[in-house]
Amino acid sequence: MIIVKKLVKRFGLKTVLRGLDFEAQEGEFVALLGPNGTGKTTFLRILASLSRPTMGEVSVAGYPLPVQAASVRRNLGVVSHLPLLYGDLTAEENLRFFGKIYNVQELGKRIDEVLELVGLIPRRRDLVRTFSRGMQQRLAIGRAILHDPDVLLFDEPHTGLDQDACDMLDRLLRQVAGQGRTVVLASHDLARVEDLASRFDVLSRGVISASASRNGLGKNNLLEFYRQALAGFHG
Amino acid sequence: MDKENQTAEHKPTSSFVGVVGAIVWKDLAAELRSRELLSAMLVFALLVILIFNFALELDLSTRRVATSGILWATFTFAGTLGLNRSMAVEKDRGCLDGLLLAPVDRSAIYFGKMISNLAFMLMVEVIVLPIYSVLYNTNLFNPGLIIVILLGSIGYVAVGTLLSSMAVQTRTRDVLLPILLFPVVIPILIAAVKASSGFLQGLSLTDVMPYINLLIVYDVIFTAVAYMVFDYVVEE
Repeated sequence: MIIVKKLVKRFGLKTVLRGLDFEAQEGEFVALLGPNGTGKTTFLRILASLSRPTMGEVSVAGYPLPVQAASVRRNLGVVSHLPLLYGDLTAEENLRFFGKIYNVQELGKRIDEVLELVGLIPRRRDLVRTFSRGMQQRLAIGRAILHDPDVLLFDEPHTGLDQDACDMLDRLLRQVAGQGRTVVLASHDLARVEDLASRFDVLSRGVISASASRNGLGKNNLLEFYRQALAGFHG
Repeated sequence: MDKENQTAEHKPTSSFVGVVGAIVWKDLAAELRSRELLSAMLVFALLVILIFNFALELDLSTRRVATSGILWATFTFAGTLGLNRSMAVEKDRGCLDGLLLAPVDRSAIYFGKMISNLAFMLMVEVIVLPIYSVLYNTNLFNPGLIIVILLGSIGYVAVGTLLSSMAVQTRTRDVLLPILLFPVVIPILIAAVKASSGFLQGLSLTDVMPYINLLIVYDVIFTAVAYMVFDYVVEE
């Protein structure tokens, strides 16, 4: 579903990704871990076709990037720490707009389904700028799944949310991921992703320095695994 | 939707025109609600013509000569405000990324934003023209002038939308846009001022036509260039 080979990304003289290899299968939920500034966002932006790779091969949902970027985008949903929503439109209008952009069939019915899923039916006609951060993030997830994508990318979706909002978001993430989608979630919050992901990849020094499945890792071993990966003990 | 039966190949493709229409609808709906952009452009435009009115105590014939310059200075400055604001709305909440994720040729985003910006600029011009006529006691209801204003606005917005999408990526976007924009639109502004002035002074169509042709050529060239390079401008 996602295949990345020898990915390099440079911004001027600065090399952020240095020959990164990555693979995620259909239905897999991968947590991409790493400290701030290690290139998680850059990597996700390349997968989302928002940034061009300097070198290497990237294929998402069976389509190579950047050649078939439009086909990739048709099968992709993205949620970042910014809501990607218009504050002066209502929740329903935002979804209607993005539904038109993605040419979603039976849009009215699909909007109802999505608003129901994210628990925003009672606020559907309210302006998004009046929403709390947690509600905006739930609606952002609704926007990302509106066109029923096969691949979902989350970039630090918990940023700025309180505990209750984080818990609600996690429930929603599990629900969304549990529908056979491939999910990649970038985060530096280990506690938050420990129970969500089926696999943990650590991005360090521009490459995936370590990878482990949840079953292989066992309970409460994520922190130790992460520290060792950053220290370079894992190949 | 039944996920299992929906493979990537079966997902509906988005039409170019559909995306352009959706962006225009979104911009107009949001602006109708907030009125941030239009009110800022309009207040600024009215202030400019008011200041010129008090600063230049002109007789009727001199006014006729100065009108085109004052009008285009007003439209240009107000237009810059609108262009900046229109793209800032997209950037501030990450919405530009939301648009760039649309599964369609990215030039559709350019044309959507360009048409919205043109609509806002024309709305301001429709309000400014009668007010100017009253304040300066000059009849501006001239079909030739209207065509020139339309052509000039298209050229200005075609370049402005492209450059504002570049400037918005920087921290100094408010300062950067006029610095980038004004040197590029000078040919359009000169042609627009000359053609407007010609119509207001009652010159024959033969005298004015070269400037109108120049405007048409610039409109086509700038729109074509923006269409070709927009993808590279917005991608990292």
